[in-house]
Amino acid sequence: MLKINNLTKRFGGLAAVNNVSVEFPANQINAIIGPNGAGKTTFFNLVAGAMPPTEGSIEFNGVDITGLAPDRIARLGVARTFQTTMLFDKSTVLDNLIVGHRLRTQSRLWDVIINSKRLRVEEEKCRAKARETLDFVGLSHIADRYIADISQEERKRVAFALAMATDPELVLLDEPAGGINPEETVNLAALIRKMVDHGITVCLIEHKMDMIMSLADKILVLDHGEKIAEGTPDQIKNDPVVIEAYLGSDQDVEA
Amino acid sequence: MDLFFQQVLNGLTLGSIYGLVALGLTLVYGILHVPNFAHGALYMVGAYISYFVMVDMGLNYWVAMIAAAGVVALISVLCERLIFHPLRHAPPIHDKIAAIGVMLFLEAVVQMHWGADFRRMPTPYTSILHFGDITLPAQRLLIIVAAFSLMGLLHLYLKKTMTGSTIVAMAQNREGAFLVGINANRVAMMTFAIAGGLAAVAASLFAPINLVYPAMGHLLLTKAFVIIILGGMGSIPGAIIGALIIGFAEALGGFYISGTYKDLIAFALLVFILSVKPTGLFTKGVR
Amino acid sequence: MNRLVEFLVSPAMKILLIALALVFPFVAGDEYQIYVMALAFIWAIAAYGFNIITGYCGQLNLAHGGFFAIGAYVVAILTVDHGWAFWPAFVASMVAGAVFGFLVGVVSLRLKEHYFAIFTLCVGYIIYLLLDKWEEVTHGSLGIINITPPEGFGLIDFTETIPFYYLVLFFLVLAIWLCSRISNSLVGRTFRAIRTSDDLAQSLGINLMRNKVLAFVLSTVYAAGAGGLYAGVVRFIGPAEAEIQHTFDLITYMLVGGIGTLMGPLLGTLIIMWLTQFLQSLEEYRMIVFGPLLVLLVIFFPMGIIGSFLSWRGRRAARRSPAHKTLSRVTEDDQDDKNREAGNNA
Repeated sequence: MLKINNLTKRFGGLAAVNNVSVEFPANQINAIIGPNGAGKTTFFNLVAGAMPPTEGSIEFNGVDITGLAPDRIARLGVARTFQTTMLFDKSTVLDNLIVGHRLRTQSRLWDVIINSKRLRVEEEKCRAKARETLDFVGLSHIADRYIADISQEERKRVAFALAMATDPELVLLDEPAGGINPEETVNLAALIRKMVDHGITVCLIEHKMDMIMSLADKILVLDHGEKIAEGTPDQIKNDPVVIEAYLGSDQDVEA
Repeated sequence: MDLFFQQVLNGLTLGSIYGLVALGLTLVYGILHVPNFAHGALYMVGAYISYFVMVDMGLNYWVAMIAAAGVVALISVLCERLIFHPLRHAPPIHDKIAAIGVMLFLEAVVQMHWGADFRRMPTPYTSILHFGDITLPAQRLLIIVAAFSLMGLLHLYLKKTMTGSTIVAMAQNREGAFLVGINANRVAMMTFAIAGGLAAVAASLFAPINLVYPAMGHLLLTKAFVIIILGGMGSIPGAIIGALIIGFAEALGGFYISGTYKDLIAFALLVFILSVKPTGLFTKGVR
Repeated sequence: MNRLVEFLVSPAMKILLIALALVFPFVAGDEYQIYVMALAFIWAIAAYGFNIITGYCGQLNLAHGGFFAIGAYVVAILTVDHGWAFWPAFVASMVAGAVFGFLVGVVSLRLKEHYFAIFTLCVGYIIYLLLDKWEEVTHGSLGIINITPPEGFGLIDFTETIPFYYLVLFFLVLAIWLCSRISNSLVGRTFRAIRTSDDLAQSLGINLMRNKVLAFVLSTVYAAGAGGLYAGVVRFIGPAEAEIQHTFDLITYMLVGGIGTLMGPLLGTLIIMWLTQFLQSLEEYRMIVFGPLLVLLVIFFPMGIIGSFLSWRGRRAARRSPAHKTLSRVTEDDQDDKNREAGNNA
């Protein structure tokens, strides 16, 4: 599904991601963990196309997507969420979601001016998609509420729904459980599992180890931008290199 | 060849003034990440205060310059406290709009009080120095010497004092500076005071060989922005180097290419640079 | 109360507004008031363009007034120096707005936030300097007089104030209509996603450049068209039309009415233009009032009149819905804008 070869990203002299090769199989939950500054978010940014890699290649479904613009990659079926949930506060939940399916539509300015049939059909399609994804994340009951008025966990779910509205095959989740309580974390984990059950491949960055260990099918461990281990949760838990990295270099600053 | 050196001296004069103004702008940008559109108006107010103290009150040129620096520094700090500080978490276009509001207000106040006419400020230094065939009015020499002395002083302040090094630290890494418990308010106020003071001194130095009028800050502000984009927004040495580049480009371009369009040179340079490299010339890689 | 609130956002309100605009010349005290109203409508058209790029798409274009001046100069130069009739020159002004908008947009929109604002500030200044200095074409600081007014083809005389008022009103309604179409549509949603965040929009598969350039060109066509009409009514223009002051006036109009809302630009323009008229003595020094007003608005009232109203209405409706369970909390961080859905209805 996602095949990464010798991926490297340097900022000046510093390698935020260094020669990482990994393969994430389809239809399972893949986690990326590592101490602060291990290069996890940079890794995501490279996969999503937010920045070009210095070296290496990224293959998605057999297609080389290295260096493609993020919007192209999104159209190929890679969706993502961000550490800080960016939503439009002064608008309703449903309203925030409608644009999510825009990338699967064709309408242009001319359709808007003449109010073409295509535009009407596509707007209905986007609206339906928004409701569908809202239902999927279990928030149908707050469709008309303002983003400013909903809880942090609900915001996270809306961000999931927005990513789902793009009809993705692969979803990248950057710290989905950041800033929410343990009970909500469990519910969110269930939602992530539900995404996989619906045929989506998930790739996530997370600090909450309990969640990762019970949820992930495969884990990639990064430290100082390098891959130090990969495997199942059980393999990772008992890997001496991983234990060393977690005990040893906790104090690094985010690169 | 002498003509060429004459232009180099003119470029140095221009570059000195631009440098003082651009330094303030780049410091403020480094600390608050606000492009302070009111900075040109502060410069203009500085010129008028100087003019007022010197012409209307009949006091000494240097007293006028210090008074201008003090008043403008105060206005600048007030802007920080009353406007930019409350807006620090607002969406990005809000602080820019507020800065524009300040600029319009200051211009209108000055225009109401002094009118829109062009004024000329006298200088006590009217002699002209000769070096071979090169002539250099004393005021221009004063500008160059004063500007570079001030830059030197600023450098010492930023390197040797606690507040100074904090300003540099914050300009380089705002989050980091907050983490180690820096008094961000004090640093921000100090930065605005320095920026305002430098602009006022620049105006007082430049006014005798230029004209004083309410819109005098517009062109300078836009050029100062070009300079700090050229030098990297927030970079102190970048601002000085950028200022000298623009100063020389205008002096030489104005002489050898076209006097009418010399003001366009800076902008043409900007358009060219940003077309090639959208994040500016000397910016560090995206983190 | 409820009925009043709902009336204000209903289609009936639109009809009432148009009706009021149609009868205005008959209730106006004198011709001068009609003239001021026509000018206000022209500026409102420019403000609508500004609203597309800055209100919807979130890019603060400080050269907007410059594009207004370009439109005005195209009409002036073509009619006075090249003997064109007004109407083809007017079309040419919008084409020029689109062409220059495209060229400037392609370069400037690659820049983010501050860089974009600073770059466009410089573009505005370049436009001003060119109009002021390029005497062979623009007549320099003298300006251009005797611009041809719109031809009425023997039916209507547009040099008269009242016919011109209706002509401008027609274009204003057209401008608002197109804006409402865009705002309600997927294209408008795309713009607003970009305003929320470049990164977010890209992750949703939105091509930033294409959409930003589209919004920018739309806005410059609005500005240049408004400038063309302005040249046709005032019939004398100079480089001062490109002064940055006009761009700031337009920002004030947008902010007062409500940035990013459909009726905000019109309401803001009318309020400020008439306020300026009532404070005639202030004309020259209006910025002593408007400068601080601008600052106070962004600090305390960033959504403007329409934005605040719609936000209040929308949240009130949400609170009343049975699904409501958590308490509302006021977020101070994102004082940007207001209810999209509601905005679309207004």
